[in-house]
Amino acid sequence: MTATQKRIIINRIALGFSTLSAIIALAFLFWILGVLVMKGIHSISWNIFVFEGSPPGYEESGLKHALVGQLILVGLATLIGVPLGIMAGTYLSEYGKNSKLAHTIRDISDIMMSAPSIVIGAFVYAIVVMPMGHFSAWAGAIALAIIMIPIILRTTDDMLQLVPGTLREAAFALGAPKYKVIMNVVYRGAKAGILTGVLLGIARVGGETAPLLFTSFNDNFFTTDLNEAMPSLTVTMFNYAISPYDDWQQLGWAAAFILSMFILGLNIVGRLILLAGKRK
Amino acid sequence: MIDKIFLNMTRTSALLILFIVAWIFVVLFNHSTEAMQTFGFDFITKDEWAPNLEKFGAYAAIFGSVASTFLAMLLAIPVAIGVAIFLSEIAHDRIKGFFGVSVELLAAIPSVIYGMWGLFFFVPILRDIFGGMGIGLLAAGIVLAIMILPFMAAVTRDAMNTTPDILKESAYALGGTQWDVIKDVIIPYAKAGIIGSLILALGRAIGETMAVTFVMGNVHHTPSSIMDPTTSIPVTLANEFTEADSSLYFSSLFGLALTLLIMSFVVIAVAKFYFLRKGRKEQ
Repeated sequence: MTATQKRIIINRIALGFSTLSAIIALAFLFWILGVLVMKGIHSISWNIFVFEGSPPGYEESGLKHALVGQLILVGLATLIGVPLGIMAGTYLSEYGKNSKLAHTIRDISDIMMSAPSIVIGAFVYAIVVMPMGHFSAWAGAIALAIIMIPIILRTTDDMLQLVPGTLREAAFALGAPKYKVIMNVVYRGAKAGILTGVLLGIARVGGETAPLLFTSFNDNFFTTDLNEAMPSLTVTMFNYAISPYDDWQQLGWAAAFILSMFILGLNIVGRLILLAGKRK
Repeated sequence: MIDKIFLNMTRTSALLILFIVAWIFVVLFNHSTEAMQTFGFDFITKDEWAPNLEKFGAYAAIFGSVASTFLAMLLAIPVAIGVAIFLSEIAHDRIKGFFGVSVELLAAIPSVIYGMWGLFFFVPILRDIFGGMGIGLLAAGIVLAIMILPFMAAVTRDAMNTTPDILKESAYALGGTQWDVIKDVIIPYAKAGIIGSLILALGRAIGETMAVTFVMGNVHHTPSSIMDPTTSIPVTLANEFTEADSSLYFSSLFGLALTLLIMSFVVIAVAKFYFLRKGRKEQ
């Protein structure tokens, strides 16, 4: 065998292994997706949206409590996290720029993005749940907001930096004060990017379970009281899945399916907005 | 006037993040002092965890975290590198787009779903093959590997994609095969970025709670084989935080949380500052 032939064979083997690993990985991942879709569609019915939780064995049990709770928790977290994240990102891109402080904030925020979310749960337990004396929707929302801020900060910072400096200069030349330049020129230019960041941030916290376990806790009944424990899709899913009852496990799969569709939908919409923005 | 208010508002928000991080460390530290004073170093070297006797040693949980993450990395790294090579070099443009996006979307699926799949579909298979309960270190390692794979593959691919085309083309012009180019051009060029990405994935895996809570067993016992049920720091926190009934118990759990935070902070900081920063400079 010549050296060339040997290299060609080694090439084939190596590429074959790499393709094989891609196939194995995708097979596992599609197996999980397949299970999720099959089990989810099988378990979904109108009842889920109409009824709240009930003891195992009842026909009339659903996920209304968890669906509404999830929307409230994520909505509150968005209300807290998005403005803070956008303002912090604005500071980094428009005022801090390359200063040491700005770089430190960027680095710390990047690390926070990958920090264990259950630790954030423990932290919020200590600062909100302990003083209040009980679990609450507020605690859950604060935990989610803390996770969301670094994500929004990062995308806002990146997206604002993409806005050309000449646009800012043009606005300054017209005599506009800095806040007006930022509000009317920079934000407008980076609209699509910021929106995508917000959607991805919502998608990320929407799937979080760990920080909710001991902040908003769980409840098997419908509630809109923000000072009380509040059910969420993720924690409900967790509790139902580890329960020994078939019908609860089914509800768990239904919750998993609804939540995944919601999160995938947000991701896809976010990408489309960014693509549409780029094409312009 | 409004200008100043605006500047101050944005600056306060930006400083808030530093403040929150510092606050997290302070709060966790304060709440864990009782456990640290009571047990000292025994807290991280002893594995007896007996709430009824007020004895808390976190060794089993720390060991479980490290072991399950190590196992997951062992399984996921070769596959993730394979997927990354496939996505950046082998696949045709159309497949690349489709697979690339599906890998990224899979990274967005909530980890609790990987855990549910593991419990209901994967653990029974392990039980059939190896006997026993199926729940344990091996199950946790595999589920964790699958969960981290999409993220790992996506960031590794991004690191590989930073190799300039002109370098690859010159290697092809010298008669290199595709594998020669991958092994002698792309991997050396993107080495720092690839290692950084892998460590970043490790940092995520070590703090992952929901994917492993279902399949680890939550037994405070240092495992003697990879089939043994055991526990990890996040699993212990998830299972016991709401059950803690004494202040020492609580304090020990906060001690666990602090240990986990420090571990993941160090890992992520190493990835970011050492490898990824270097990779950025070389570009």
